[in-house]
Amino acid sequence: MAKITYVDFNGTRREVTVENGMSLMEGAVTNMVPGIDGDCGGACACATCHVHVDPAWLSKLPPMEDLEDMMLGLVDSRDANSRLSCQLKAAPELDGLVLNTPLGQH
Amino acid sequence: MSTTVAIIGGGQAGTQTAASLRAQGFTGEIVLLGNEPTLPYQRPPLSKAFLAGELARDRLLLKPAGFYAQSKVDIRLNTTATAIDQTRRLVTLDNGELLTYDHLVFATGGRPRPLTCPGADHSALHYLRTLRDVDRIRERFHAGARLVVIGGGYIGLEVTAIARKNGLQVTVLEFAPIVLGRVTCPEVANFYTDVHRQAGVNIQCNTGVARIEDDNGTAIVVTTTGERLAADLIIAGIGLLPNVELAQSAGVDCHNGIVVDARCRSSTPGIYAAGDCANHPSALYGTRLRLESVHNAIEQGKTVAATICGKDQPYTQVPWFWSDQYDIKLQTAGISRDYDQIAVRGDPATRSFAVFYLRDNCLIAVDAINRPAEFISARQLIPQRPQICPDRLSDESIPVKELAA
Repeated sequence: MAKITYVDFNGTRREVTVENGMSLMEGAVTNMVPGIDGDCGGACACATCHVHVDPAWLSKLPPMEDLEDMMLGLVDSRDANSRLSCQLKAAPELDGLVLNTPLGQH
Repeated sequence: MSTTVAIIGGGQAGTQTAASLRAQGFTGEIVLLGNEPTLPYQRPPLSKAFLAGELARDRLLLKPAGFYAQSKVDIRLNTTATAIDQTRRLVTLDNGELLTYDHLVFATGGRPRPLTCPGADHSALHYLRTLRDVDRIRERFHAGARLVVIGGGYIGLEVTAIARKNGLQVTVLEFAPIVLGRVTCPEVANFYTDVHRQAGVNIQCNTGVARIEDDNGTAIVVTTTGERLAADLIIAGIGLLPNVELAQSAGVDCHNGIVVDARCRSSTPGIYAAGDCANHPSALYGTRLRLESVHNAIEQGKTVAATICGKDQPYTQVPWFWSDQYDIKLQTAGISRDYDQIAVRGDPATRSFAVFYLRDNCLIAVDAINRPAEFISARQLIPQRPQICPDRLSDESIPVKELAA
């Protein structure tokens, strides 16, 4: 289990608990957190679950695979903190993680 | 008086329409009619991870159960619309109830094209469209079982890949000379044929089904080439028929789907269509298209919602699709139909290559096999209708990002 905080573009924070092994995209969709669509259902095929990771947490995440890196090339607001939340799985060490959802997905 | 939107069809397009109406500030009534017993769910995993038993049922849901009440979407499951009175704006439901609407959205999707040969009613024969279909298939989906797949399209080949991983013996029968013939080129078709053959699949092209016989409960598939294949399970994936009959009976123009404009409006005022059942004009390709994809269902759902909310947001998406088979991810951008030239980038033997499709020297589509960079570049380039020399597209010394330069 991990408590994940999703912060939307106007600063609204939503804290949800995501089961271990479930992706942080699914955690958002299941808990009706706006700003994360996950159109392809987590196949890393659509880039509609883009998040900006709180910089303090970046080093705790598993490294990005090529596919995710390439898919992020599709999003306009990519920066050094960008990840696709379908590729991040909840785990105890991510308890407290903060993710910012981009304006473009609202 | 409150405005009511009635949505017929609880799949991806219908659910998206409901969600997008709320997201765009619609405050009237939304009634979502689903003819299945389950809350709306994702279909793509049905022929992939869910069939493999790797994905729990509740993870298929498009929206959590609480979404509908929270968003004030009146969802009716197990409910079929049986008649439309478009002058009085009434929908008749199968329980006899009459529903009045101001806006009516057809998100009725499609149904598998049925096999029509003798014996097509055999209990071993299944189609794959709904959760219920997969539940039935899984009863017979065991290691060692003999599976005959009829139709070498995406559904058939995805099922084949999962079946091999689960130890079934698989024969694929394809009526056309190559698999995936409707959607891709011989180069990609041959690649997938080789991949499946290497995985132990018996693929037979130019081969249809003459009839299905029964031998004490075991099906015998008799092919048009005279072969007799014993089968514990038969799965037919030979195309989708759009569900247009109800729209047609209401006088809505239908031709290979419900005919809509770029704002998803049908020929009848107040009636719209989205998703697999909708036939829309593509400015990009200069033709009408009826697409069967998640992306199209989602984007047309958004378009319908915008139109109903009085916003002018025509549908101008570049279509895209994906298919997972074994460890191979195919991503397709654009529509390759009517291409006159291709350029292959990379070596299929490495299981990582892309095929670019051109028409009149313009890039119109790509099939990217384990090549996300090519997929992404093409998706960005296609709307510009760029003229690119095929030699340049094939030249791997030119970085993907510079292909259009």
